[in-house]
Amino acid sequence: MSAHTESSRLRVSYGWLSGLKSWWRMLIICLEERLAYRTDFALGTVMRFLPIVTQVFLWTAVFNASDRTDIAGYSRDNIVAYYLLAMITRAFSSMPGLAGGISRSIRDGSVKKYLIQPVDYIGFLLASRIAHKLVYYIVAMLPFVSVLFFCRSYFPPAPDGLTIVAYVLSLLLSFLLGFFLEATLGMIAFWFLEVSSIIFAYMLFQYLLSGHMFPIDMLADIPTGLAGVSLADVVRFLPFEYTAYFPAAVWLGKITGWELVAGLLIELTWLLVMIGVCRFVWWRGTKRYSGFGG
Amino acid sequence: MFWPILPHMYNSSETKSDRVIEVNDLTKEYRVYDKPEGLWASVRGLFHRENRTIHALRGVNLSVGRGEFLAMLGPNGAGKTTFLKLLSGIITPTRGNASVLGHVPWDRADDFRRRFALVMGQKNQLWWDLPAAESFRLHQEIYRIEPVRFAQIHDELVDMLGVSRLLGQPVRELSLGERMKLELIAALLHEPEVLFLDEPTIGLDVVAQHTIHEFLRHVQKQRSVTVVLTTHYMKDVAALCERVVVVTEGSILYDGSLEQIVDRFTTHKIVTLDLEQPPAEGEIEKFGFSCEVRGPRVSLRIDRARIADVLPKLLASQQVRDVSVEDVPLEEIVAGLFRGAASRQLNHDREQGASLA
Repeated sequence: MSAHTESSRLRVSYGWLSGLKSWWRMLIICLEERLAYRTDFALGTVMRFLPIVTQVFLWTAVFNASDRTDIAGYSRDNIVAYYLLAMITRAFSSMPGLAGGISRSIRDGSVKKYLIQPVDYIGFLLASRIAHKLVYYIVAMLPFVSVLFFCRSYFPPAPDGLTIVAYVLSLLLSFLLGFFLEATLGMIAFWFLEVSSIIFAYMLFQYLLSGHMFPIDMLADIPTGLAGVSLADVVRFLPFEYTAYFPAAVWLGKITGWELVAGLLIELTWLLVMIGVCRFVWWRGTKRYSGFGG
Repeated sequence: MFWPILPHMYNSSETKSDRVIEVNDLTKEYRVYDKPEGLWASVRGLFHRENRTIHALRGVNLSVGRGEFLAMLGPNGAGKTTFLKLLSGIITPTRGNASVLGHVPWDRADDFRRRFALVMGQKNQLWWDLPAAESFRLHQEIYRIEPVRFAQIHDELVDMLGVSRLLGQPVRELSLGERMKLELIAALLHEPEVLFLDEPTIGLDVVAQHTIHEFLRHVQKQRSVTVVLTTHYMKDVAALCERVVVVTEGSILYDGSLEQIVDRFTTHKIVTLDLEQPPAEGEIEKFGFSCEVRGPRVSLRIDRARIADVLPKLLASQQVRDVSVEDVPLEEIVAGLFRGAASRQLNHDREQGASLA
């Protein structure tokens, strides 16, 4: 090759800054792409509020049927506030279509493009997911704010500044944790082409153990057979509750002090572990990949 | 066509000889499950599966110099696409090694990935729901193309293919031919030194095929890009390639120039005559074989060794208005090559089966 192209190539390789620029460009493109589907989004946002309505009705019935004013430390108001807060966490940590999309791209071969181009697929997926979320928040902002406004009486007084910082931190970590969990799940398609049942099983565990269905501290009375260890203690060391329960409980003031710090550390540790696992699975998977789908 | 010459880019006299692609004993085997028919067989398949090995490539050796335009021909399943997938690092081989631009492709180093491009017939690297211009901008970033250089190359490529009015339209709304042109631009923006094309003209109409041929020829000439193209269409080959590699059953059957194929694998020429009046019965047959008579138009095949001898006699025997002498169509030669190879492979497998028994 000639000297000229060599030098021009050198001139334009300005390292990580350029990596950041291309990542930014991916983010912009993903945003544009997401905005092309407005109706789909608006509908998805509205549907998200339906489950919570049924949850509120269910718990109202439970409280009406018993004479107790609190169940496992939750008053009726607390419960409604909890579900709304868990819904907010889920708006960060849930990744609709991520695992399924990855496995589809592996099955139909469209993942090839990312093997050929000098781009990092996981970084690209993250950019596209951030874009996805940003568009979602723009669309969902109004309904979210109005629901929270109408339900403001269910909430306890706002926590102090430090707790709010911890809350925001736990939310951001829950986004990243949710992302790497599901991305890893989708990459199982390198080994088993059909992963929808694996995804389904994961979703089931996720639903039960994340606090999406009920607050995790309700498991504190359930023994595990080990002395002094409740089911809630076990779940604390799993990644699931950090994608719904944990931030909600932080806001409600149920987790404070060292327990809060420990919780954030466990969340951060799981995030780092899942980043590693996700990279590893991608590395092994692409080594194994045989380019299905022609 | 009106390709603006970029004299500063490549020095055309240099390095025709240096090897851009080196492939040694490259072998790829897939294991697949044989799924027998029927429900019962499917249930049994849950517990026990029969594996079968598919030999997609059987120890291929190949060496390609800078600036060569090489066509790979072969029937479906011959291993052409597998070969391109290996050379572009999408898959790893079972055995053997390859080097492209001094890199092992399946290491997927970014340095390597910035210097080649792969275009697969109907798979798009363009974003389906966005205008192509957006994808181009993304390519500028991920391939780290200098803005000035980008604008220059972009405009040249767009002008050449006459697609400037398509840039703002979502890709999904474009026709197959239009999409293919934009795919090619996307693949060339970063000035790859090596270009892999997997059936680039599949499904295109004649006009679009022609445009793409012209385009590829010019790009390749001006930039001395090394191109490896797989195709089913002889037109692609005849229009573009100096060197042809025929692949069947995962092995290279022939490697050489297009003219040599005709030379080596044909034994006769086709002579077509326009006569003043239809010939008498049996009149023509004595000069050659495979005679076809349609009114005053007659075509027949004559051994190449005898043609100089036979043709004057044939012309003298009739009142001839017009005459043409042609090679056997390339399609026919290559189809014959494929068939020959397939039956040889079958015999080979049978012998192996017999020796095992």
